[in-house]
Amino acid sequence: MPIAALSDPHMGDAAKNPDRTEKIIAFILFLSIVFFGVAGAAYVQNWSPWTFGGALGAGLFALGFGLTAWGKYLMPQGPFVEERHTLASTAEERDSMSAALVERSAVVVKRRKVLGGLFAAGATVFGIVAAFPLIRSLGPLPGTSLETTGWRKGMVLVDSTGRPVRRDTLVVGGIMTVYPRDTVDPQNGFITDEGQAVDQTVLIRVSDQPFTTEPGRENWTPDGYVAYSKLCTHLGCPVGLYEQELELLVCPCHQSMFNVRNGAVPQFGPAPRPLPQMHLGYDDDGYLIAMAPYNQPVGPGFWERNS
Amino acid sequence: MSTTAPTKRNRKEALGPYGRVGQAVGELDDRLGVAKGGRVFLDKIFPDHWSFMLGEISLYSFVVLLATGVFLSLYFVPSSQQVIYHGSYRPLDGQWMSEAYKSTVQISLNVRGGLLVRQMHHWAADIFTGSIIVHMGRIFFTGAFRKPRELNWIIGTTMLILAILEGFIGYSLPDDLISGTGLRIGYSIAESIPFIGSYLVTFLWGGQFPGSGVIIPRFFIIHVLIIPLVLIGLLSAHLGLLVRQKHTQFKGEGRTENNVVGSPMFPTFMAKTTGFLFMVTAATALLGAFAQINPIWQFGSYDASKISYAVQPDWYMGWLDGALRIMPSWELAFWGHTVPLEVFLPAVIFPGIVFQIAIMWPIIERRYTGDLAMHNLLDRPRDRPKRTAFGAAFFAMLFTLFAASSTDVLANFFKVSLNEVLWFFRFAFFIIPIITGLVVYQLCREMQGVHGIGKRKRAVIVRRSAEGEYSTVPAAPRPDDEQHELDPEPVPVRIDIEPLSNGGIRQPESSPTGARQVSR
Repeated sequence: MPIAALSDPHMGDAAKNPDRTEKIIAFILFLSIVFFGVAGAAYVQNWSPWTFGGALGAGLFALGFGLTAWGKYLMPQGPFVEERHTLASTAEERDSMSAALVERSAVVVKRRKVLGGLFAAGATVFGIVAAFPLIRSLGPLPGTSLETTGWRKGMVLVDSTGRPVRRDTLVVGGIMTVYPRDTVDPQNGFITDEGQAVDQTVLIRVSDQPFTTEPGRENWTPDGYVAYSKLCTHLGCPVGLYEQELELLVCPCHQSMFNVRNGAVPQFGPAPRPLPQMHLGYDDDGYLIAMAPYNQPVGPGFWERNS
Repeated sequence: MSTTAPTKRNRKEALGPYGRVGQAVGELDDRLGVAKGGRVFLDKIFPDHWSFMLGEISLYSFVVLLATGVFLSLYFVPSSQQVIYHGSYRPLDGQWMSEAYKSTVQISLNVRGGLLVRQMHHWAADIFTGSIIVHMGRIFFTGAFRKPRELNWIIGTTMLILAILEGFIGYSLPDDLISGTGLRIGYSIAESIPFIGSYLVTFLWGGQFPGSGVIIPRFFIIHVLIIPLVLIGLLSAHLGLLVRQKHTQFKGEGRTENNVVGSPMFPTFMAKTTGFLFMVTAATALLGAFAQINPIWQFGSYDASKISYAVQPDWYMGWLDGALRIMPSWELAFWGHTVPLEVFLPAVIFPGIVFQIAIMWPIIERRYTGDLAMHNLLDRPRDRPKRTAFGAAFFAMLFTLFAASSTDVLANFFKVSLNEVLWFFRFAFFIIPIITGLVVYQLCREMQGVHGIGKRKRAVIVRRSAEGEYSTVPAAPRPDDEQHELDPEPVPVRIDIEPLSNGGIRQPESSPTGARQVSR
């Protein structure tokens, strides 16, 4: 039934030649069958995803296009009109509803105050009790877990394969990520989640001489080795880029930059605090060790953080 | 049973004039009383304007998301259990990875059709969010949110927030290096909330990041059940309200506040919209087939101590990332407590304000204009210069922040210092929206003043007389130049075409008003 608008320049031709339009649409719909057949064959024969997806997409497009064209050119377009009826009820009906609400609840509330109060109290207590299984049991209280790391006094620094770091592991300008020894299993190269996410520390050999990053940290950098928590103080991304010439650690997430020579004080970007520095030293076997745990929480700020 | 042998003919007659369909309608109506409302529904009128399809794109990409998501859930393993990979993809051989990542690699490289469906799912998610925003823009700039449709605007805005959240959570599920970094940032943002932040994150993650391996299963159930369920509920309410309150329509021939002019639900709109469903699906299939998205096997499994360059979230989170980048490093520390304003302000307070303004806009505008009337006819954006200017400024602000989420890439590309790019965006965040708002306001005012705007231009013939004097004469009117007054009719039961003379070609003269030749 060709009822498309003749005056519409987009539809005039189709409306004038409904038989031709029907043939074109029939051909498009037939094409969809062909494409779906190709898609089926591509799936069964395990051809490339491009063939399968391309044929599927082409088939879906032909099917959809054919149906839409059928609707657009060969079905009644109108314009037809539908009257809007006002959504609002009559004034009496409104009053009747309001009356029922107000007057019936007046009976309930005024005469049975004790029952109403007890019901409300019961529902409230239920809400509080239900909050425990629904919320409180989801995980542990934070406690001091956000303020501590796995680093202890005397913990040996190891790389991601569990190999301890020695005096000659890095040349000047070298950089590596280190973990506490007990978070890395050297047998299969497995690093615990805590080792990766909390304890990760960046070790840089800035020079071949000890140097002072900040007053009070005079002996923290044996042989020019300096170590900082690798967690950005902005949002906890690993501070993974090292600009060797400028001696800057750069966080790729939001471009905070920390100067490794001056105690990782932020020089640029949104990070608010320096990266916590590790007090380094050697053990009797000549391995680099942590001389103390980090003296402050690592990573981004939070309400309980006492800085 | 009658004694006469049932012939084909009298069986047919016994069914009544509408045959088996009539019979079925009767049976249904006896039990549910659907005939009256059903006829009204079949006659429901849909205005014909391209901008009304934007919401349909959202609806149909959601259908694609559900279908492809069911497929993916058959193969995805929501577990952060660490395993060693020994699959067909050699570069990852022997590496530690989570079950979630391993199963996503399997879906991409080993499940037949898996890569296509995964990429369709991701593309459909991007189309879903994008089309919601564009649809919202249409509703906003034409004033379709005004009384009586405030509630539907609020439902729609809520669905946008849920869509963004759903997208972020789904993006995090494969546990690859890039999404894991995004999740880490999400954790730190939640942690920055004063008083409750640290409780929130340890409860949700089951401990300090990355927690006790519960976040992937929890995100999975939120992604495949909880949010989709809420979305389906809100979607039903959204469409239910649309049917109850009927469509808005643009001003035009025969259109008033008290009617809807367009084509009927059955069969015209149903055919067009079902066809459109297939075409939206086709678009996601073709994108999934030919446009690679999120090739997680190249990124590697998430390792909290690794990261890659140019870390950016999916595009609909970009504005938040941009806000985080340009925020100065203001941290408050007092009385043994810390408020990380450099995170809390741009990533919690700011989006809170943005969504609050979006949700409350119908109420804000009503308070400002004092307009309490019912509105079924849409505004042209230029006729409401202040609203249009505000909306444009709002979008300009979000777009500036979106651009700010690639400061490092821009600095590299234009070979300027990162510092200059950063300070540019800090100023641009305030200046670009103001300029945009002023320019748009002025444009709207100018357009209002132009005579005959939006109408087809009548050609003008310039003549030069023998004396060298120029004069203009309007050209002869063309058939479509005049505004026709339509007489729209109610949807008829039958639509018959008079037999066409002239070899099947109807002359335009036979419908001088532009109205259809419809007889009952």
